Amino acid sequence: MSLLGPAEIPCQEVVELVTDYLEGTLSRGDRRRFEHHLAGCPHCTAYLAQMRETLRLTGRLIPEDLSPEMQREFAAIYERWQAGG
Amino acid sequence: MSVIQFRFPWVRDRADAARDEIRLLERLRSGDEEAFVTLVGRHHDSMLRLAKTFVHSHAVAEEVVQETWLGVLRGIDRFEGRSSLRTWLLAILVNRARSTGAREARTIPASGPEGFVPAVDSSRFDASGAWSSPPEAWEEAVEDRIGATALRAEILSALAKMPARQRAVVMLRDVDGLRGDEVCQVLDLTPVNERVLLHRGRSRLRQALEDTMQGATA
Repeated sequence: MSLLGPAEIPCQEVVELVTDYLEGTLSRGDRRRFEHHLAGCPHCTAYLAQMRETLRLTGRLIPEDLSPEMQREFAAIYERWQAGG
Repeated sequence: MSVIQFRFPWVRDRADAARDEIRLLERLRSGDEEAFVTLVGRHHDSMLRLAKTFVHSHAVAEEVVQETWLGVLRGIDRFEGRSSLRTWLLAILVNRARSTGAREARTIPASGPEGFVPAVDSSRFDASGAWSSPPEAWEEAVEDRIGATALRAEILSALAKMPARQRAVVMLRDVDGLRGDEVCQVLDLTPVNERVLLHRGRSRLRQALEDTMQGATA
């Protein structure tokens, strides 16, 4: 979305720019406006902090280990394949 | 800079991980069954979760993963190392899952015209677009407030409610730690599409956690 209009971005638009901001895909001008808004807006600052926290927590989801049963199943797949099956 | 920390102890950095995978691949090529089971173990959870965004049944998703590994065994010499092993595996999986989904004739709708969904409900802003119901700073660690088990359940439940492609993008980026360009390659998306899906998915996740944090306070 273009932010070439007024220098001030309303909070409602700031929250839509958060992903582009974190991805580093905002233009320099938009990034400046975004950061300028954050500097004066504790609510959007809290929002961005919540988003970072959300990403940190999502990144810590532990994958499920392969169960012993599945390990045996994949070992069998491998053996069948090696036997030319 | 990524804000995601890899939670895999073997993925301390990408170069390390890549060297490690190359060693496993070499062992696999020389006929080492244990290397195969190790590789499967590392990638199985991601592959199964991704397969489930294409097919409905858990059993069919498991079949897709198994077929993918068989395909990998047959074509292991075709892996040229131009992408990471994980990206290569996931791209093969997506091809299989798409054709299986088509055979099943129950494929989850590819994109589903979701239309514009705001990151935050418009009722929380006033007419000028300023917050009228602002988010509160999470002063306490989220894990402390709601507990690790409940937190995991919340995140999984929020993921499960997302449209399939949104869920696939968020899981690949934020759970599995793939880069944006890798996700585009795996799911055949444009960078802009990838960011839109990521944005919507992440916004939902944040909202789900905010709701949970507020529920825990009350």
